Amino acid sequence: MISANLSAIFYLISGVLFILALRGLSSPETSRQGNFFGILGMLIAITVTFLSIGNFSSGFIFVLIFLLIGGAVGAFIAYKIPMTAMPELVAGFHSLVGLAAVFVAISAFLNPIAFNLGTPGNIKLGSLIEMSIGAAVGAITFSGSVIAFLKLQGIMSGSPITFKGQHPLNAVILISILALIYFLCSTQSPNLFWLLLGVSFLIGFLLIIPIGGADMPVVISMLNSYSGWAAAGIGFTLENTALIITGALVGSSGAILSYIMCKGMNRSFFNVILGGFGATDQSSSAQNKEQRPVKSGNADDAAFLMKNASSVIIVPGYGMAVAQAQHALREMVDTLKKNGIKVSYAIHPVAGRMPGHMNVLLAEANVPYDEVFELEEINNDFANADVAFVIGANDVTNPVAKTDPQSPIYGMPVLDVEKCKSVLFVKRSLSPGYAGIDNDLFYKENTLMLFADAKKMTEDITKNL
Amino acid sequence: MEIDPFIFRLSIFILSIFVGYYVVWSVTPSLHTPLMSVTNAISSVIIVGAIIAGLAGNSESVFNTSTIFGFLAISLAAINIFGGFLVTQRMLAMYKKKKKDKK
Repeated sequence: MISANLSAIFYLISGVLFILALRGLSSPETSRQGNFFGILGMLIAITVTFLSIGNFSSGFIFVLIFLLIGGAVGAFIAYKIPMTAMPELVAGFHSLVGLAAVFVAISAFLNPIAFNLGTPGNIKLGSLIEMSIGAAVGAITFSGSVIAFLKLQGIMSGSPITFKGQHPLNAVILISILALIYFLCSTQSPNLFWLLLGVSFLIGFLLIIPIGGADMPVVISMLNSYSGWAAAGIGFTLENTALIITGALVGSSGAILSYIMCKGMNRSFFNVILGGFGATDQSSSAQNKEQRPVKSGNADDAAFLMKNASSVIIVPGYGMAVAQAQHALREMVDTLKKNGIKVSYAIHPVAGRMPGHMNVLLAEANVPYDEVFELEEINNDFANADVAFVIGANDVTNPVAKTDPQSPIYGMPVLDVEKCKSVLFVKRSLSPGYAGIDNDLFYKENTLMLFADAKKMTEDITKNL
Repeated sequence: MEIDPFIFRLSIFILSIFVGYYVVWSVTPSLHTPLMSVTNAISSVIIVGAIIAGLAGNSESVFNTSTIFGFLAISLAAINIFGGFLVTQRMLAMYKKKKKDKK
């Protein structure tokens, strides 16, 4: 058994190691080392917890068994999961953090003596407040992440679910959560504790159902943030520095990512959270659709255009992930490079279903990360490029965002694809993107539409090169 | 009058938010997905609470409602810890620089 002071110092060390783990992600070279720091920090935290309790008798073996079961499941998932399923995986992991926070809070509520928080029915006020906040946020994280997971997995429709009185209802529930926490703290009643958990699960569910599929980058980042605040709440309850530091890190990390994602769509955070975007716009744009002429071509035309180009910019989007076209794309690029054509990739911040989604898929297909550029880095290059190859992206290339103040996406930063000499647009049909608006790019003189599955088209082009 | 230890924890919390703010802004956008999976893994340090809960039973009753929730939380957090760190490692291993052309 080690002293409380010594273990506190070790928890501080593991907190610092977690900071270094995130710091490492500032560049791919240092990132692997950063991950190692993270693992080391976790090892220290777990070891110190065992040592500080020092009770290696009866329960210890069960702790190990459950640890190993969870670890085996986690390791299995980590090795099996395809890279395209990363958004679902992250949503699933968030739900587990949330649920773990809820379970720890329940456990501490039922047996506060073990945590040094007082006795059942007479828990220290401060601890009870921290505990109930941690539990409520954890429960919201859990049910919200489950909905996000179901939407990403396609089990639940990605379209927003809205009903009348949704926002007032949510507001009432949120206020009742605060009231419940207040009464729980004044009465210490277990019934109120269970009720609080139930209501928190409910609001997590209600908060996420009105948010549409393409807003998932914001939702996932937001839930990431929540899972951090839940951990911090529990950290305060347990008076554990490692947990407080980590909770704050994760909380602010998720908040920053949400901010970046919202900015990438030029929408306020509240606009995304209140949901329902895109549902109303679809009908209005339906009338003037499919009337203007488009030029469509085949793999042969596309190959011809690219063969005669000297530089090509690839614009991948969620459609590439759906079609699993990243490997085929990379093969096409290899062939282009063999012909001496310069190729780079342009990634919009909200391409895909989570922050950095496209980068991971390209990395999986062995695309070197120094050929992949963010919007600000590459946007000026479109004017000098010969061909833009848009694969599975749509709204993020729509010039309407720059020209039409009436458009719902007006002001959103977009890739200046239309400035290229010619644009190749791989898409299954002319249907509008998520925002429900027509893309002017389809009808431009220099645009060639390639109507096909992204993967098949890319393979066909490679054959024709 | 002595300062409540809560204030010290609050100070750590607030300062960590600022540290988090600056550290996360310096993360390169191409690594945002690994960032999410690694934050998942480290927030599962909540397992320390679960271990305390799980070990709270005495020799007569290893299992009671409180410890059972503790054990379950251990498993959930362990899935995240192993899953999170390993999947991050798997992703990071894929980020490669351009090979120098040997022509």
